Amino acid sequence: MRTIPADIAERFEVGPLVEKRADLSTLDVDSKDVPELLARLRDRHGYRHLSFATATDLFEEGVFVLTYMLHNHEERHSLGVKCRIGRENATMESCHLLWEQMWTYQREMKELFGIDFPGSPRVDESFVLEGWIDIPPMRREFDTREYSERTFPTRPGRSTKDPATHMKEKLYPEAL
Amino acid sequence: MEPSIPLRIAYAFVSLAVITVYGLLLIGSMARISAKVQGRVGQPVWQPFIDIIKSSGKRNSISHGIMFWLGPVFRLAGGVGTYMFVPAVLGSVVFQNFSMSGDLLLVMYFIFFGQLGMALGASEGGHPYSAIGVSRGLAQMTAFEVPFALSIISIAVQYGTLDITKIVMAQQGGWQHWTLFTNPLAVVAAMIAFLGMSMHNPFSVVIAPQEIPIGPPTEYQSNLLGMLQTNRAVFNGAKLVLYMNLFFGGATNVPVMVVKTFLIYFINIFVGQAFPRFRVDQSIRFFLGVPTLIGIAAVVFIAF
Amino acid sequence: MSDMKFTRALADPDHALKPAGRPGPLGKPLVLANDGLPEEEKAWFCDAYPTASGPYKGILENFLNWARSKSLWILGFGTGCGAIELRPLMTSRFDMYRFGIQPRPTPRQSSVFVIGGYASVKTLKRIVRSYEQMMGPKFVVALGSCTINGGMYWDSYNTINAIEHYIPVDVYIAGCMPRPEALLAGFKELQRKIRRGECEGAVKYAENFEWYKANQKKVIHDWNMPDYNY
Ligand code: SF4
Repeated sequence: MRTIPADIAERFEVGPLVEKRADLSTLDVDSKDVPELLARLRDRHGYRHLSFATATDLFEEGVFVLTYMLHNHEERHSLGVKCRIGRENATMESCHLLWEQMWTYQREMKELFGIDFPGSPRVDESFVLEGWIDIPPMRREFDTREYSERTFPTRPGRSTKDPATHMKEKLYPEAL
Repeated sequence: MEPSIPLRIAYAFVSLAVITVYGLLLIGSMARISAKVQGRVGQPVWQPFIDIIKSSGKRNSISHGIMFWLGPVFRLAGGVGTYMFVPAVLGSVVFQNFSMSGDLLLVMYFIFFGQLGMALGASEGGHPYSAIGVSRGLAQMTAFEVPFALSIISIAVQYGTLDITKIVMAQQGGWQHWTLFTNPLAVVAAMIAFLGMSMHNPFSVVIAPQEIPIGPPTEYQSNLLGMLQTNRAVFNGAKLVLYMNLFFGGATNVPVMVVKTFLIYFINIFVGQAFPRFRVDQSIRFFLGVPTLIGIAAVVFIAF
Repeated sequence: MSDMKFTRALADPDHALKPAGRPGPLGKPLVLANDGLPEEEKAWFCDAYPTASGPYKGILENFLNWARSKSLWILGFGTGCGAIELRPLMTSRFDMYRFGIQPRPTPRQSSVFVIGGYASVKTLKRIVRSYEQMMGPKFVVALGSCTINGGMYWDSYNTINAIEHYIPVDVYIAGCMPRPEALLAGFKELQRKIRRGECEGAVKYAENFEWYKANQKKVIHDWNMPDYNY
């Protein structure tokens, strides 16, 4: 059973340590503590490797959950540091000084979710989408199907079958 | 009896046509042999002809100015020039070309003239890959020129002449008179240079499609590309004939020429299928190492 | 709406919004605006419309078509997952060289463009650019359901659904993804079509240039290249 290290527990307001698997836990923190906490985890607790950083859109609650996945190579343990930020004018402090590759993830989040990271290098340049003019496509209010139908003309006559029923009909017609 | 000048020109065209067809068939058959080595069926032997017809039959083409257009022309002139001053078949009226009018130095000049023209033209295309390809090609060329030149010096000293016909004459009368046996060091150095000259593996980095795309001809297309492909055949033929004359006793009839040149070219495939590709810096270091030493040894050995 | 237009253009090859490449109203040749380029770069690029030449007929043309069909040079530009299926074709197991097919690294020299599956908008930009740089006659083979009607990315926000809207296609190879054997069958079909003289994609592109351009510009929002990349 893992516990939150004492120096972290007394310095930051952290939520419970949720053990997902033997080699993966997550920790909820307040968004303003993230850079400091990440630095402490990196420098004193062996989580030197940044696996990825990503965002999840909790549309119903009106927040984005940012996850910074760190890895400790000695203990073979991954730790996800999670924080919540508001969906409106979402802004987060940039952590690119801790890991250089962080700015790529931040640039991606800026493009796909519209979360701003002031001061992050090249954060305003386009990442995978060139010349995107709609709302960021990974936000849940973005209707990808509607957008696709509106933008990309299709060949007429496309139909879709539910794979499960279709295969049932083909393979076991007597069961129906 | 010496043929008249117009007749000689007509003969030269016949000879050129023969060497073009032969060169293309040679390229095609070597590609097929390589395919067999790799366990494939491979392209048809006449594929190079189809490729040339196709390239020349393209409906549009672009140009980047006169120098760009002149690149393949120079290249072709280099190939034709090399061939024209070498006797393809000794003693034959049709295939002796203009070998009486030129000598070894002229031929050597023509070998490199094509490359230089190509360098100018390709750079005119403005494509960065052309420029990189050209600089690689010139660097590699400069490197293999060293053992080649040393070997030429060596045989020039050996036979006391620069006239190719005289050099061939001196090698007649049995295989033991061939340069291959009278001056083996020079032949070894020249053969290694030959590998570099024909741009097969391991020295194929300049025109390798997987590297800087295709090198100098990146921007060339349509009929200009067809010209380059034709030149490749002529130039190959010319080089092979030159090597045959200088080192392997020449040929007194067409079948002997075909067999000898085929075998000389086959060395390329033999080496190329066995060795992976060198980087440019590696190949330069290679040429300036052992082959150059062999070349120097050949000169020293023959001079004293 | 757009569907109707699409079907009409396919059914009726003469559907041309404006005769391209021929003299405009006042006898002057039409000039491309090249609006996407910065002012100082405009002089570097061509501003002429592609010219629709032809029709091509006769014994010589038949012979050339035969040569074209026997010497298909693929542009080595892999778009989408299907590109991975092109690699086995070069190996000794499938050996495409025996049909005269070989890869070529530059658009200037290649005659076949293989669209290997889904094309994101970002890739489409490069596809258009490469396609226009190829020398006519040029052929397009499109692999995979993604190129036909979007495939499993049919509702994706970033992949186009029918490649036919943006460049003319000669042969489709269905499947997700098609096996190398299917590819070989597709190439054989392409060869037959070329020999019958039916692969006039470049002419079609020039004739319907404005329609294709309008479609391309509709999805490529940051158009920062010349209107016709020659
Ligand atoms: S058809 Fe299938 S394999 Fe081909 S690109 Fe689309 S998803 Fe990939």
